[in-house]
Amino acid sequence: MLSPEEQREIEAELPHYPTKQAVSIDAMKIVQKHRGWVSDEALEDIGKFLGMSTSDLDGVATFYNLIFRKPVGRHVVYICDSVSCWIMGATSISDRLTARCGARLGESTADGRFTLLPIVCLGACDHAPVMMVDDDLHLDLEPAKAEDILDRYK
Amino acid sequence: MPLTKDIHLDRQPPDLKAYESGGGYEGLRKALRSMTPAEIVEEVKASNLKGRGGAGFPTGVKWSFMPKDAAGPKYLVANADEMEPGTFKDRFLLEGNPHQLLEGMMIAAYAMQVNVAYVFLRGEYKRAAQTISRAIAELYAAQYLGKDIVGSGYSLEIRLHLSAGRYMCGEETGLLNALEGKRANPRAKPPFPPVSGLWGKPTTVNNVETLCNVPHIISNGATWFKGLSRSKDGGTKLYGASGKVRRPGLWELPMGVTVREILEEHAGGMREGLRFRGLLPGGASTDFLTEEHLDVPMDFTEVQKAGSRMGTGTMIVLDDRTCPVGMLWNLEHFFAQESCGWCTPCWSGLGWIERILNAMEEGRGEPGDIEKLTFQTKFLAPGNTFCALAPGAAEPLQSGLKYFRDDFERHIREKRCPWRSM
Repeated sequence: MLSPEEQREIEAELPHYPTKQAVSIDAMKIVQKHRGWVSDEALEDIGKFLGMSTSDLDGVATFYNLIFRKPVGRHVVYICDSVSCWIMGATSISDRLTARCGARLGESTADGRFTLLPIVCLGACDHAPVMMVDDDLHLDLEPAKAEDILDRYK
Repeated sequence: MPLTKDIHLDRQPPDLKAYESGGGYEGLRKALRSMTPAEIVEEVKASNLKGRGGAGFPTGVKWSFMPKDAAGPKYLVANADEMEPGTFKDRFLLEGNPHQLLEGMMIAAYAMQVNVAYVFLRGEYKRAAQTISRAIAELYAAQYLGKDIVGSGYSLEIRLHLSAGRYMCGEETGLLNALEGKRANPRAKPPFPPVSGLWGKPTTVNNVETLCNVPHIISNGATWFKGLSRSKDGGTKLYGASGKVRRPGLWELPMGVTVREILEEHAGGMREGLRFRGLLPGGASTDFLTEEHLDVPMDFTEVQKAGSRMGTGTMIVLDDRTCPVGMLWNLEHFFAQESCGWCTPCWSGLGWIERILNAMEEGRGEPGDIEKLTFQTKFLAPGNTFCALAPGAAEPLQSGLKYFRDDFERHIREKRCPWRSM
């Protein structure tokens, strides 16, 4: 079941679009904000709420990389792997963080603290290499600095 | 320099009051009080403003394609889905001065008699989401949005839409599908969005930097705007440089400054001990330029004459200690990953390209690989796919094969990446 709060937030989006389907991405993001990810059950509930089939909605969900169809850790670490960051040493950042976390890109740490993900260009190329942890952008990284930053996220 | 004069990223962006005290919303007032929609379109046409998203299509001409007497709704979308690798200009404008974008949208919407507009913002731009939504709330509170704006009888709603990732959403028709809550596959063209766009209604999609220019054109006139430029394309341009240059950064400069001026004067040239090998002038999907092109003016026409595209105007610089094959592998990995899977040349071709480049980097390159890559760039040429993703992916590769052929051959001959031991 969608919680009353989730329902309220989704309903608040509806008047801004002429169709219910237009809200599907917002709706999944709202649920993800509350639960961390979008489970099969949640997908079914959102589909019912918007009058969409679960498979249509899953087709949308699986297109977008910021909609999570699997559980993620308490903090999501997005390491930019696009070209400017690559030139400036992004590989050394992801090597250090995957070693420290004992998880590969796309995986979560055993304690559920971090999920490591590659991300495309974050639009801060003059401060490459960069990463985003949850909502925070971190610039001008070096491997040791990136590791220190992770310590701040408990 | 009009676009960036009020931007100081170390502080909060100007709120409505501060923006107005610096002359903000004067362009909107002038437009609503003393100009007809047709006059605004003509002024923007006369300014030679060209689309800053990368394609460089004349903005006024694009607006003139919108039907004037269509029944039912029409839409305007600000494309704030900045995701072209190496591009970091729209984020600066969105975070630094949200009201400038919104004023541009309001004038554009009035000129096309649109009553509903969306800001389509990529989900990762968290700070921009805050600045834009705050600015929109201020406008509603001051009754600058909604019904009967500043007593003009004109009504406009603007809504912020936060996206959920994928490069394809920046493609005009992919964006429309995303905004309709669908997968961001491109649509067949024609019909073009001014005929059939969002929910089948007339729609115009403009880039953030393009729209930010509009208030200044209306306030100061087309002649003033053209005078800012050193080229036939009007205005200033946000140029940037990333890679191993001394001072990576972003600068608003007259349109048409040379590649050399940006690279040497503004970015300070290459870092100590490194030599320049080439650059992508405007994002991942542009052809390499090399030493011989340094005096090319950075505008849409001249960069095209040099065999590339100005694209977004933010250059990615390759130095002599970075492997060009590795750089192309990184670029093609991006394009292969971001292909939406709709057209075969794209999903299949880019996968092949990525695998061949990966093999070369890992010492498994084979004779014939260069020919296969060359064939693929032709297979991905414009006209073979619904959208520009695959042709864009072919641009750095075809020029890389031309300018760095020796490097490709060395990878195959030596069965290793010569840069890995450096």
